[in-house]
Amino acid sequence: MPSAVDRLAVRGAGQLAGRLRDAAAAAFVTLVLALPLVGLRTVDQGGALVLETRWDWVAIGVAAVFVGRLALGLFAHLRLRVPRVVPRVAQGVAMPWLAWAVAGFAVALPFLPFADRYVIDLGTTLLIYVMLGWGLNVVVGLAGLLDLGYVAFYAVGAYAYALLALNFSLSFWICLPLAGLLAALFGIALGFPVLRLRGDYLAIVTLGFGEMVRIILINWQSLTNGPNGLPSIPRPSFFGLPFERAPAEGTTSFHQFFGLDFAPEHRLIFLYLLILALALLTNVFVLRLRRLPLGRAWEALREDEIACRALGINPTNVKLSAFAIGAMLGGFAGAFFATRQGFISPESFTFIESATIVAIVVLGGMGSQIGVVLAAAFLVLLPEIGREFAQFRMLVFGLAMILIMIWRPQGLLGHREPTVRLGRAAAPRP
Amino acid sequence: MSAPPLLEVADLEMRFGGLIAVDQLSLTAAAREITAIIGPNGAGKTTLFNCLTGFYRPTGGRMVLHHPNGALALDRMDGYRIAARANVVRTFQNIRLFPGMTVLENLLVAQHNTLMRASSFSLAGLFGLARFRRAERAALERARDWLARVDLLDVADLAAGTLPYGAQRRLEIARAMCADPVLLCLDEPAAGLNARESSALGALLLEIRAEQAIGILLIEHDMSVVMGVSDHVIVLDHGRKIADGAPAAVRHDAAVIKAYLGEDDDAALPPAVAADLRAGQGGA
Ligand SMILES: Nc1ncnc2c1ncn2[C@@H]1O[C@H](COP(=O)(O)OP(=O)(O)OP(=O)(O)O)[C@@H](O)[C@H]1O
Ligand SMILES: [Mg+2]
Repeated sequence: MPSAVDRLAVRGAGQLAGRLRDAAAAAFVTLVLALPLVGLRTVDQGGALVLETRWDWVAIGVAAVFVGRLALGLFAHLRLRVPRVVPRVAQGVAMPWLAWAVAGFAVALPFLPFADRYVIDLGTTLLIYVMLGWGLNVVVGLAGLLDLGYVAFYAVGAYAYALLALNFSLSFWICLPLAGLLAALFGIALGFPVLRLRGDYLAIVTLGFGEMVRIILINWQSLTNGPNGLPSIPRPSFFGLPFERAPAEGTTSFHQFFGLDFAPEHRLIFLYLLILALALLTNVFVLRLRRLPLGRAWEALREDEIACRALGINPTNVKLSAFAIGAMLGGFAGAFFATRQGFISPESFTFIESATIVAIVVLGGMGSQIGVVLAAAFLVLLPEIGREFAQFRMLVFGLAMILIMIWRPQGLLGHREPTVRLGRAAAPRP
Repeated sequence: MSAPPLLEVADLEMRFGGLIAVDQLSLTAAAREITAIIGPNGAGKTTLFNCLTGFYRPTGGRMVLHHPNGALALDRMDGYRIAARANVVRTFQNIRLFPGMTVLENLLVAQHNTLMRASSFSLAGLFGLARFRRAERAALERARDWLARVDLLDVADLAAGTLPYGAQRRLEIARAMCADPVLLCLDEPAAGLNARESSALGALLLEIRAEQAIGILLIEHDMSVVMGVSDHVIVLDHGRKIADGAPAAVRHDAAVIKAYLGEDDDAALPPAVAADLRAGQGGA
């Protein structure tokens, strides 16, 4: 008859054995992955490629995983308590000051002393992602439809702008709304077949849609010039004044008109301010929509589609409007991207872009506008900073993502601001 | 009595493969009346609601709603249109709120169609036109009225999902009322409520009946609520109607008592209800 203490000891030993098995399994997976990925390296030796082995690296990696996994298992009870994922409705902890501070900084950025070409260019890239994040936020954050093919609308916007500008020499300000409109139509076209899908199924189909658009762009040679892309897309001008050192006969360029010395930064700053304006406009638009019946219906749909139907809300219209508006905003961003780069090819619109944008929305805290800004900054700037780490860059990046999702599964700013409050609604009673 | 009843259901049938959940069911419900639908678990009560509100397409029979704007064949309308056009609004046996949205927002979502028209499908809303602002103020007033009536004013700005159970039940009824029902279908609104909350619910239902020209269908297992408020009780068992009449008459009906207390029926009622019925039988 074993005593209670004996039984406990046996259970403890059993647990330890289980943990060891678990750690060994993790180490084995690491070994299989690391053998070819880390263990073998090709080096250039006098023009010939030579295979170099690094078994010591493999051994270190496997040992690290084994010890780490074992420690994780043994100290699991010490792990951080994972907070609730349900979006909480915060009580008056809105952070308008943070939003205004960020917006003010963004406007001032190009005129700050440290803002060289690199900083402004990086800022422009960041703002494109912010705008894409805000656009996708409508679909994923508000309407709760997981769209993994958002890059398709970005691509449609970019190609629409490029083709319209190249073939019909239309100006940026005419092409921009047309590109947005075309992307919105694509959004509706995607929306119809996926109306009945939700969750994982929706994600898979939208992912396929994104790839389809990219593959069509590659193969429709006659229209899109295939994998070679579309070069020399017209750059935007400052209300008709081009940013060129030597403008064509009969036109005045920006620096001549304002009596400045020519500087290539002018165009960069203009592009930066342009995307900033587009992004801020997007933000105001989405914030306003959210407070309208349509925006509330998006959120209601995310919360409970069956309850929506029982209240007489047409889920088809609500979903399609979310897809269309999200796609339109992506199309605007795409048009800007095309005019900024001057060259686009299908390579710019791969799945990794979609994944990045979804990551921005999820990391930012579904539905939070300022959260999207912070997450975009994190995702765009971290790889830049991480350049120091050279080959470990993606590793650091992935680790940082995992840590954030453990600490804040609801996103960096996962708090939801009510669209209306009784206190405020009650005040102006006639 | 020349006017037709608000709702006429004739020979309704709902089959799931071999199972007949609703079997040749005919019933009527009048405006300004509370019609209770009772029966043991699995009798087909919720299935009847699912047919009425377009969640299921019945495999047979007809359902006609004599709406103030004309008669509507519910069996030929689908999905959201039954709530939007025929104004048949329901609540759910297992509460379905928008848990992450505030209590007030839940009531505004219920007024979606009115507000959407007023906002010209968002255009008037985006530009903040006066017409939309007026409609929005009216919607807020209405929401506030209902919040006051179900005693949820002071939690109006909290997430609906954080409310206690009884408050969530009341909110679901208020939300249904904000959706402008002509026929209100309540699926076990007293489930999970304590005695005090149940009697408050009964009072609320009587108030709604007195003030609004709407019909109420009430599925309920709590006999004190059913007997206290209903004008008319319909008893279902295995998808069939086994009794139909005034509460007092149904209570003493032999078939009903057998259905509830029958030896062969495992799916009996909660003990409290059974005791209540037995007491009723004893008193006869
Ligand atoms: N979608 C469905 N598919 C198959 N069977 C179903 C479906 N919906 C309901 N049923 C069956 O129909 C019968 C009636 O169910 P229903 O939910 O209407 O009962 P109820 O009277 O509401 O019971 P309760 O008092 O427990 O809520 C049950 O046998 C149930 O299993
Ligand atoms: Mg039921």
